[in-house]
Amino acid sequence: MRPDPEDLYRRMARARFCEEALSALWERGLISGEMHLGAGEEAVAAGVTAHLEEGDAMALDHRSTPPLVARGVDLVALFLEMLGHEEGLCAGKGGHMHLFSRDLLSASSGIVGSSAPLGCGFALAAQYLNPGKVAVAFFGEGAVNQGMLLEALNLAVAWKLPLVFVCKDNRWAITTRSREVTGGRLARRARSFGMPATRVDGTRVEKVWEAAGRAVERARAGHGPSFILASCPRLQGHFLGDPLLRVFREPLRQTLEIGPPLLRSLFSRPLTALASRVPRLGTIGKTIALLGVERYVLERDPLQRSAALLTEEARRRLEEEARREVAEAVERALETAGRREENA
Amino acid sequence: MPEMTFARAIDFALETAMERDERVVTFGEDVTMLRRDLFVRFGPSRVRQAPISEAAFLAAGVGAAMAGLRPVVEIMLVDFIAVAFDALLNQATKVKAFSGGKWNVPLVVRASCGGGYGDAGQHEQCLWGLLSGMPGISVVVPSNPKDAAGLMLSSIECDDPVVFLEHKLLSDYWLDYLGLGGRETVSFDVPEAGARGEVPSPPVPVPIGKGIKVREGGDLSIFSLGVSLHRCLEAANQLEDYGIKPAVIDLRSACPLDRELIVSSASRTGRVLVVDEDYAGYGLSGEVAALLAESGVKADFARVCTEEVIPYARRLEDEVLPNVRRIREAAVRLCALSP
Ligand SMILES: Cc1ncc(C[n+]2csc(CCOP(=O)(O)OP(=O)(O)O)c2C)c(N)n1
Ligand SMILES: [Mg+2]
Repeated sequence: MRPDPEDLYRRMARARFCEEALSALWERGLISGEMHLGAGEEAVAAGVTAHLEEGDAMALDHRSTPPLVARGVDLVALFLEMLGHEEGLCAGKGGHMHLFSRDLLSASSGIVGSSAPLGCGFALAAQYLNPGKVAVAFFGEGAVNQGMLLEALNLAVAWKLPLVFVCKDNRWAITTRSREVTGGRLARRARSFGMPATRVDGTRVEKVWEAAGRAVERARAGHGPSFILASCPRLQGHFLGDPLLRVFREPLRQTLEIGPPLLRSLFSRPLTALASRVPRLGTIGKTIALLGVERYVLERDPLQRSAALLTEEARRRLEEEARREVAEAVERALETAGRREENA
Repeated sequence: MPEMTFARAIDFALETAMERDERVVTFGEDVTMLRRDLFVRFGPSRVRQAPISEAAFLAAGVGAAMAGLRPVVEIMLVDFIAVAFDALLNQATKVKAFSGGKWNVPLVVRASCGGGYGDAGQHEQCLWGLLSGMPGISVVVPSNPKDAAGLMLSSIECDDPVVFLEHKLLSDYWLDYLGLGGRETVSFDVPEAGARGEVPSPPVPVPIGKGIKVREGGDLSIFSLGVSLHRCLEAANQLEDYGIKPAVIDLRSACPLDRELIVSSASRTGRVLVVDEDYAGYGLSGEVAALLAESGVKADFARVCTEEVIPYARRLEDEVLPNVRRIREAAVRLCALSP
């Protein structure tokens, strides 16, 4: 089997433009709550969903839009849901952290780690009711320290479930660098449960596609679960309006907010402790600096990287189609929501 | 008295306790950033970053408390305590009883709670009813900075497990992270008197299990806590137009309840309205009713609570969480029962 670069890129472009549209709606105050974008995860979403067929299931985390969009969820219903409209995907009751599509056998949850056991359940039902069908569980590298996720890894092996664990490693869990609170290596951890684990560059859609192909095939054949560890960037911070990214976007305002209390702590009694406190201030500074360097200097955009697989003409055509499709969906959703006048 | 935000008041009390007692430590996810002021002052051995492993680190808090520390364990949002429930239900609250009273667990669980910013029912629950159902636990829910500081101090000084709940609508940084995100295009109904106010320095402990009457009135007793307390006060103002003068009581602790205050106020007014942002069933409001019945108080009773899963859409959410209109209407109906 060979990947179809156009199909993969179409999935990615649609997902990206949806994330951009969500960002714009959020800025306008039309989306509430913590809006976690999956911008940066498009290659993972596309490379995995390209192997899924009707009857396969997805258990999703708090960045659930790219896999849903890549798999073909109705975009108008998706946007209406984000706007809290009764004609939305979940009647406006779920919102972005709780998207459910019964048609696509896909469910998301804002509870970190919960997608893994849910995926086990989807896979169990497939094994029993629909042999040959599979489930995929998506989660972040931070979630791999969650007890229920570790239990799910074992459960999937013990029951030989047709399940693919997809860990999106963006190195961060909110403001925590995951490696600082994680023992060992994640791929090795997964392997120690007795399943194959592959590390891939999650910004390269063809690599993800290959790894996911092997894992899905294994699951369909009834040989049990696999684990894919895909590195990818977190292009829009933890959530929209991420205060750490705001440090870079509005340095003065954020420094004025964060600075004075920190200085008060630095100089609180006993002053003899000052010497040990300075490095702690350094720890905080370093975390913020690292986040900035990763975001603004090192990050590689999966869309740009995958564009190399296509001719310039094909890329432009696919982007144009996707952009138009998303824009039309947003327009129709806003129209339905009666908020068109704010569209200016 | 210095004026400070609700959020600052809590950290001020925690800082005071950490300054006084070396055994007080705090840990949880992202605390290096969330509690950065404390981190700089007290360092990583007392302000410790945790992986996303609530079941392990909350239960570790139980063990640490048994072995001599006084941990304040942070569960970011109280909803997430579900994954760590064993630590409270079968460990922390059992030790004292099972050891014949010979071993206690001076543990504080600090968690944000509550809704009103469109985050839906996995992130906006209150859960103090559920938590209060375990024998051996205290649950406190301050509604203003002064009580927040005082209750945090008392929670840390308490020799048994306490859950300290910090309502996100009152806590500026939580609301900014989870609701605003620096935007000026959204707004929330933040009760000003709860979000900012005077706090004695150093903070004065507020006893756990003691409520306070915040408004005098003889027509009915409204019992509430947290953000709902402020909604009740607003409703009470409107009720004046209907010729109804309610007494409003801030319970401050969901558990233990201030039995004396509840009984005395209810006996005097003969009408009771409980306004509770937590779920209606099997919780605080039912507990107040049971307490009154057990005490032989005859009073007409009504409640305004959250009755269903909190929806995402803000206009739906506004109706599901107790709001001023629902409180006012319930009060008017209650007073019409026995004119
Ligand atoms: C049980 C639970 N604990 C904590 C949180 C708060 N939280 C939301 S996202 C997140 C970080 C998750 O990190 P990771 O799994 O790496 O995913 P990422 O956000 O990086 O995509 C945390 C701690 C939560 N939602 N659920
Ligand atoms: Mg991560």
